[in-house]
Amino acid sequence: MDPLLRLLEENALATHETLAAQLATTPADVKHRIKQLEHDRVILAYKAIVDDERAKRNVVRAVIEVRITPEREGGFDRVAHRIAQHREVQTCYLMSGGYDLLVFIEGTTLQEVAGFVSEKLSTLPGVLSTATHFNLKTYKIQGVLRDNVVNEERLKVSP
Amino acid sequence: MKSRSSKSMHRPHTPVSPSPDFVAEHVRDIPRSGIRDFFEIVQSMSGVISLGIGEPDFVTPWHIREAAIYALERGKTGYTSNLGLLRLREAVSEYVSENYKLKYDPATEVLISVGVSEALDLALRAVLNPGDEVLYHEPCYVSYSPSIALAHGKAVAIATHEKDEFKLTPEALRAALTPKSKVLLMNFPCNPTGGVMTAEELQEIADICLERNLLVITDEIYSELSYSDTHTSIASLPGLRDRTIFLHGFSKAFAMTGFRIGYACAPAPLIDAMMRIHQYGILCAPIVSQEAALEAMRHGRADMLEMREQYRLRRNFLVHAFREMGLPVFEPRGAFYLFPSIKPTGKSSHDFAFGLLKEQQVAVVPGTAFGPSGEGHVRCSYATGMDQLQIAAERIAEFIKR
Repeated sequence: MDPLLRLLEENALATHETLAAQLATTPADVKHRIKQLEHDRVILAYKAIVDDERAKRNVVRAVIEVRITPEREGGFDRVAHRIAQHREVQTCYLMSGGYDLLVFIEGTTLQEVAGFVSEKLSTLPGVLSTATHFNLKTYKIQGVLRDNVVNEERLKVSP
Repeated sequence: MKSRSSKSMHRPHTPVSPSPDFVAEHVRDIPRSGIRDFFEIVQSMSGVISLGIGEPDFVTPWHIREAAIYALERGKTGYTSNLGLLRLREAVSEYVSENYKLKYDPATEVLISVGVSEALDLALRAVLNPGDEVLYHEPCYVSYSPSIALAHGKAVAIATHEKDEFKLTPEALRAALTPKSKVLLMNFPCNPTGGVMTAEELQEIADICLERNLLVITDEIYSELSYSDTHTSIASLPGLRDRTIFLHGFSKAFAMTGFRIGYACAPAPLIDAMMRIHQYGILCAPIVSQEAALEAMRHGRADMLEMREQYRLRRNFLVHAFREMGLPVFEPRGAFYLFPSIKPTGKSSHDFAFGLLKEQQVAVVPGTAFGPSGEGHVRCSYATGMDQLQIAAERIAEFIKR
């Protein structure tokens, strides 16, 4: 994988100058490469990873296992696309195993999430069943631990 | 400790005079580590960004820590064989064979030690008679000269230079040889210079070792952290295996400094001699650390590669930053230190490091801590997060401008 992508995945706000120094190239080259990656939709978006609790945001998250009937043409894709379009859906994966789609959804209240499942998701043609699991506590989001363990005892100078 | 009980222990009329006469001469003569003095000052200050740290900033990968926890859960709390767990020695033997093209018998030619530091001490004590000369390249790791002195050897430093990319040249080695030369101690990739040596360059050194019947002790602690060329161990060159003690450990590559675990590989008679010292002095390396090391050998490669890539990118950044400041810097080929020349500032290593600390609260280690030939340089560790490196670079630039 392009080392530039790895650096951006770590910190999307790194300046072109810093990235250029790390990659031993010029800021202009970095700028050009990023533009290209965005254009090719290799980079889909840049977002902040926010801790809801510290941001005091009321949010209800759920993971839904969805079983669907594959269609003769298009397999799971068409139904998956119909589900993924919904604003409430944050992430949607096709899975192997006991169910087909794993859908991560987000709402402001329990009712809202429940309503989405019963009214929108279950009623879709092709959806056979759903199983909804609510999120109780978050420990790690997108590779970032919520509680940063800092080692205060690390020596400041060592051989 | 100023507790009441300790006060009452004092007998009021006994003069308490520390008696230097009790301390052995060869110990008295050992200077305090230059790093140590600097460390005391840095520890007492707040808001310091430190590039003075000779250990990975990464915490030991979780699966390795988990293996240590699991070892405790299973009640692995006893001694092991003096040489270390056979399973670990077998894993080490396999690892060394794969990565360094060196074959060692896990039963008799591998010894697990308390870090490479202990292994080096064992090696020196096992082979030196009083007065034997040990040649080593300098600037170098702080313990070499004292460890040689503690083993009653004579430390013979060979200065390496930036113009040679801090390599040990055959000419310099030849010039330092005497009839008393017995051991050549090497460390590539090198702390603090970041210098490495290619197979061809090592061959020239190896030829001299064969010709002059030198024993080689090679400290390969940074060998995984080699950024460009593939690493070659001098022990793997024709005829060298039988006259080389190969030292390695887990601290740097797997971010396991606190586990204190390393190893030595050498022909059986040498390992046996080292083991005789180790069995009485240490008995064995801690079992929990050995279990963790086993996990690192088996499943640590991906984490190691990931950390190495991070170091490489940070190195690029810091090299660029120093060149922007107008300070000449050799681009390190391995380890995680930059050893820039600070001669253009007109300051000594000591004044530069102390001035930078005082004015900009950035800690770098004066090059002289690594031997007199380190004068004119400072060591900057890039085993520190990018955010810290960026601030440090800005502050150093500010310091130089004044």
